[in-house]
Amino acid sequence: MTDASSETPMFPIARAAGCPFDPPPELSRNREQAPVSRVRLWDGSTAWMVTRYADVRALLADPRVSVDVAQPGFPHTNAVSKARDTQMKTLMQMDAPEHITNRRRLTAEFMVKRVEALRPTIQQIVDDLIDDLLAGPNPVDLVEAFALPVPSMVICELLGVPYTDRAYFQRVAGELLMDQGDPAKAMAASEELHVYLENLVEERNAEPGDNVFSRLAVEQYRTGAMTRREIATLGQLLLVAGHDTTANTIALGTALLLAHPEQLAAIRDSGDPALVARAVEELLRYLTVTHTESRRVAREDLVVGGQLIRQGEGIIAVKSTANRDPAAFSDPDTLDIHRGARHHVAFGYGAHQCLGQPLARVELQVVFDTLFRRIPTLAPAVPLEELTFKPNAVFYGVRDLPVTW
Amino acid sequence: MEVIVDQDACAGSGQCVLSAPEVFDQRDTDGIVVLLNDNPDPRLHDDVHEAARICPGRAITLIGP
Ligand code: HEM
Ligand code: SF4
Repeated sequence: MTDASSETPMFPIARAAGCPFDPPPELSRNREQAPVSRVRLWDGSTAWMVTRYADVRALLADPRVSVDVAQPGFPHTNAVSKARDTQMKTLMQMDAPEHITNRRRLTAEFMVKRVEALRPTIQQIVDDLIDDLLAGPNPVDLVEAFALPVPSMVICELLGVPYTDRAYFQRVAGELLMDQGDPAKAMAASEELHVYLENLVEERNAEPGDNVFSRLAVEQYRTGAMTRREIATLGQLLLVAGHDTTANTIALGTALLLAHPEQLAAIRDSGDPALVARAVEELLRYLTVTHTESRRVAREDLVVGGQLIRQGEGIIAVKSTANRDPAAFSDPDTLDIHRGARHHVAFGYGAHQCLGQPLARVELQVVFDTLFRRIPTLAPAVPLEELTFKPNAVFYGVRDLPVTW
Repeated sequence: MEVIVDQDACAGSGQCVLSAPEVFDQRDTDGIVVLLNDNPDPRLHDDVHEAARICPGRAITLIGP
């Protein structure tokens, strides 16, 4: 049943040299020739890999498919995610109906109108960071100076983390997501963050403000609906899910646009929010930074793209190749900020589709609308071929992005 | 065109609101879809079709052209 023959390819697969913005060519070949096929994982187990757009969507919306990480067949990403996800259950590891109850405690916080109301605050954060950047050394690493602080400051604002604790918060977030990290170290960082966040629940409960942690403290903790610990775990999820995803999309998206100067100029010179919004969707589609993909386990036998998948078998829904599927996007390997790409699956699909997507969208729209307008001469400070990327990180990205202006 | 939404299936993603804000809204208490207009003007049909196509909860059903 789970015969890990030496013929079974490993997942993940390396990207092609010189093509840092594209999914591995083997995976795209799979999509055309063997769209549902077996792969071997880091711990020697096997899973099914699903690579077509239509199959990825059907799978992620199928109630027979589960996120139960305790199932022996669940295809964990690495030892760190296995330790964290099995010891610390969040709504991401819950199936319906438990998932619905827990997700709906937060959906109002991220709904479109609530996030739109945050746009001026996000604009201010981005403008202040660009002021600092312009006043600082030239060239500078855009990852450190801009891409990381934007989502970190936005999440601190949203959660109600005091400004002064930001550096601490960023460091622990980094330790939680270490590339090939050691599970014991990641769990220690997680424990440290939990202590911090549990204290924050008490502080916000004593002195509520206009932020997510204050509302969770008042509505859930005070009423006994959630423990302090549960709220801390939820805070950690928001931090992990919302920080590096956005930061990597900012930095990698900027690198990609620097490699396509005519499209960068179109964004910079347009002044049209609708074009910027379309460009953001195209960057999300093209880059799909969640390259460890969406992991599931079959709760019942099911057929995906003509292939029978047995109950208990692990499944990886490959969003990167789905987002380059010619059946869903014409000329899919061409970056085209003018195309309407909002049906991409960069935020996943089904009940677990990204909860923070309205926030991510507004952050990215403000960033790409502002960065090139405020720094019209922004240029890479090293040849783009010399950039190094993060093939083994949980979220794909560029390591440093030295820029000048 | 008649629009039907299934609030139980809604994931609160807001995708429909971004596609067709004159037709869909989100409930203040929990971000779940609220239908503003079950019989939208033909000029909105493309946007409503897009909303139904991308809704991650498959919570939007369209009847008629
Ligand atoms: C560019 C930025 C982002 C990308 C590409 C992204 C991508 C994703 C993806 C693909 C999933 C689904 C995972 C799966 O199917 O297993 C997801 C889920 C999630 N995301 Fe995001 N995300 C981003 C930003 C954010 C932000 C800013 C937040 C909140 C602060 C956030 C919070 C969440 C949460 C809580 C979930 C779990 C939802 C559930 O299981 O019901 N994300 N995200
Ligand atoms: S697009 Fe679908 S899941 Fe998202 S808010 Fe609208 S009805 Fe709900």
